[in-house]
Amino acid sequence: MTGILIYLIILLITAFLSPYLIRKGGKIAPWLLGMVSAGGFAYLLGFAGFIADGNSLNYTIEWLPELYLNFSLYLDGLSLFFALLVTGMGALVLVFSGNYMKPYAMKHRFFFLILLFEFAMLALVLSGNLFTLFIFWELTSVSSFLLVGFNHEKPEARNAALQALLITVAGGLAMMAGFIMLGQIAGTLEINQLLKSGDLIRNHPHYLPVLLLILAGAFTKSAQFPFHFWLPGAMQAPSPVSAYLHSATMVKAGIYLLMRLSPVMGGTPEWKYILTITGAVTMILGGYFAYSQTDFKKVLAYTTISALGTLVLMLGIDTDISIKAAIIFLLVHALYKGALFMIAGLIDKSVGSRDLRKIGGLNKVMPVAALAAIISLLSMAGLPPMIGFIGKELIYEAKFALPDIGNLLLIAGVLTNVIMVAISLALIFNLFLGPLKYPGERPTRPAFALRVGPSLLAGISLIFGLFPARVADFLLSPAIKSIRPSIDSIKLSLWHGFNEVLLVSFITVAAGVILFLLYRKVNHILTHFNNEVITFRFADAFNKILNGFLFLTKRKTSFIQSGYQRFYLMAIFIMTSVLAWYQLIFTWPEIENVSFSQPAIYEFVILLLIVSSAMVAVFVRSRLAAILSLGSVGYGIGLLFIVYGAIDVAITLMLAETLVLVLFMVVIYHLPKFTEFSSKASRLRDGAIALLVGSFMTGLVLKAGQLNLNPKISDFYVENALPLAHGSNIVNVILVDFRALDTLGEITVLVIAAIGVVALLKLKTKKGSAT
Amino acid sequence: MKSYITQLAATRLLPVTLILSLLVFYRGHNEPGGGFIGGLMAAAGFIFYAMAFDTAEAEKKLRVSPLMLIVAGLSIAFISTLPSLFAGNPFFTGEWISLSIPLLGKLKLGTPMLFDLGVYFTVWGISVTILFNVMEE
Repeated sequence: MTGILIYLIILLITAFLSPYLIRKGGKIAPWLLGMVSAGGFAYLLGFAGFIADGNSLNYTIEWLPELYLNFSLYLDGLSLFFALLVTGMGALVLVFSGNYMKPYAMKHRFFFLILLFEFAMLALVLSGNLFTLFIFWELTSVSSFLLVGFNHEKPEARNAALQALLITVAGGLAMMAGFIMLGQIAGTLEINQLLKSGDLIRNHPHYLPVLLLILAGAFTKSAQFPFHFWLPGAMQAPSPVSAYLHSATMVKAGIYLLMRLSPVMGGTPEWKYILTITGAVTMILGGYFAYSQTDFKKVLAYTTISALGTLVLMLGIDTDISIKAAIIFLLVHALYKGALFMIAGLIDKSVGSRDLRKIGGLNKVMPVAALAAIISLLSMAGLPPMIGFIGKELIYEAKFALPDIGNLLLIAGVLTNVIMVAISLALIFNLFLGPLKYPGERPTRPAFALRVGPSLLAGISLIFGLFPARVADFLLSPAIKSIRPSIDSIKLSLWHGFNEVLLVSFITVAAGVILFLLYRKVNHILTHFNNEVITFRFADAFNKILNGFLFLTKRKTSFIQSGYQRFYLMAIFIMTSVLAWYQLIFTWPEIENVSFSQPAIYEFVILLLIVSSAMVAVFVRSRLAAILSLGSVGYGIGLLFIVYGAIDVAITLMLAETLVLVLFMVVIYHLPKFTEFSSKASRLRDGAIALLVGSFMTGLVLKAGQLNLNPKISDFYVENALPLAHGSNIVNVILVDFRALDTLGEITVLVIAAIGVVALLKLKTKKGSAT
Repeated sequence: MKSYITQLAATRLLPVTLILSLLVFYRGHNEPGGGFIGGLMAAAGFIFYAMAFDTAEAEKKLRVSPLMLIVAGLSIAFISTLPSLFAGNPFFTGEWISLSIPLLGKLKLGTPMLFDLGVYFTVWGISVTILFNVMEE
């Protein structure tokens, strides 16, 4: 496991070195970066046999164990499956990007970001602690934000990036709250221990809120309805990003989390209903919107949403067969969708457009890529002999096995698949076969680096479809077993006898072909329907809500932040004293019983001095006199401190009082002549506030005398000042030793205040000199 | 405002307040005093000087900019936290060494004193910064 940690660190270092490498390395640099990723893939593949034997690995560095916060890595079948997906796709995408990103001036930045993402995503799926997972989860959101907004000069790209970030991060925060609650319930956030405490969590009264919070995170990340709209927007990113983040890996993070927590939180009616309904709605909506798109990437984006819905649906059904279907379909989807997104990028690059109405017959210019695309599309349609066929059959089987709502789900599934078949056929026959069409110049043959990724992925789709058993034993069963240990082994084959599932598949394909033949007609009607009838757009609604929120906060801020110091002071004084009075009233009877000792004559004199000085300060009609009498109030209080033996406090107070007096004297020259600015009413109001504050302070002092605080605190300082801190001045020892961190904070705040004063004064002088 | 008497007094009093502030700072560990009070006293000397002459003259007398005092103070305070980390103790633990110096006897030096020195410089710098700036107004 240390090896995996070292690999993660290597990946992070590679990310930071990549800009330099890309600048200096020339053509070979992306291949080298791809090799780093492929090396990780090979290294992780070495664990497959060990994991398939039913082992798992755990590695923990304690961080804040009291808060269940550790840096942990955990490798079992499920995390290995995802880790291989991340590193394998990563290698292909890096090689692809090497050529695709050539014309971009900022390509070195792109490689840094995509490698940073790969690091975050790999660490996410290998995390053994939910907080570790959360940290990398957020890092993937941030790198996704930067990658979607990569063409940052385009306002649409910036807007889409912000939307994706806000939605996924909001969900992430909710998820964090869920994790904290989960930690409180289970007493741990280590995944290997959580797996054992499923019953405790499911039977806890807070199960539902925890579930909803965590689902908020998973659903936003995996673009489930009604949060799905950020994903099509994210297509503003360069195509390699769409292939990697927004189809094969990052959007699967939510699915990964659901699979991870399925043994811990799954199986309850709440889990089943929420996941099934959300998944089914997302699945159908994604399919429906995919059908009426004209941008190749948008088609792929909506079919991705549909596929993610299918995955959530499968996890919601939560039977042995549906879990199997989910894992296999996840692999299927990553393979074909990754390939198709890369092909979309490749077409965009060599033809200069992705508009399905303008291009066609591409097999004449790019035979290899077209073949790869056709294979991938057949897999997407779920036709034999691709692995997609096996995935789809399993999904149907899972729905058949469900007693009550199974039929409804089956209809939804068939409907979605009919659309998938129609879309696939339409893309195959219009885009890749048929007469050659292109908007600009004759497209050129794409470079090798662009072809290698999609070809490999398509080849794997085909090979896995023909020989599924080997993959199943090696990779899929361990992954399935970590979700559901009771499943012994899975047998996958292309031909599983003639049964009702196969019959439904036939119906699906037949309906798909019909829908395809009607493609142009239906598509036209649908486009019209979508544009004219359904005027509601989720993305627009989101923007409206966001703008409304900004407007509201602006109003609120301008209301609260008046900019007048007197209002701030009033707010602080009134709030403090009212809240404190609220508390004091309940304990008033105790305060009434305070007994006073007879004050000494000098104490009385000092008191008289303070009170009379305060009176003078209020009523005197000269500013200088008012300031001086305020000063004598301060000195009087200093005297009181001396009387009661707090010499340090007295010295500090008197020095501070002196400096403040000096400050006032300096400022007084710049003030206008003393006039009465305040009306009688406002003076009465100020007087009332002053009385309120004064009475509250009095009450507080009386109350403080009554409180029996733990005497050990002061005793501790008295006893330990000399032996522990080598000083006999307790006040100073507390300041610089026992509570030194507080002092450090305080002097830092003082420095900030001083900088603020300087800035304010300098700003004013500048303005003054300008006018 | 400019009078020869106050100017002379300020010139003569400045070294006295500085020495006094150092004394207050040093004895702070066992008797009333310390970095905070010492810093305020050192600032008071310069502020009086600035009142007697002007701020530019006082800043010349100070030799370094008040901002440098703040920087130095915060840096010293922060550096004083580091030895505890190297000693393997929790952050901010006071570390002490005992030196035997001939004639003077035993001298105890510790990071809390260093920290207090940081407080001294920071408070000195802040007070001088704020007052000089307001005076310049």
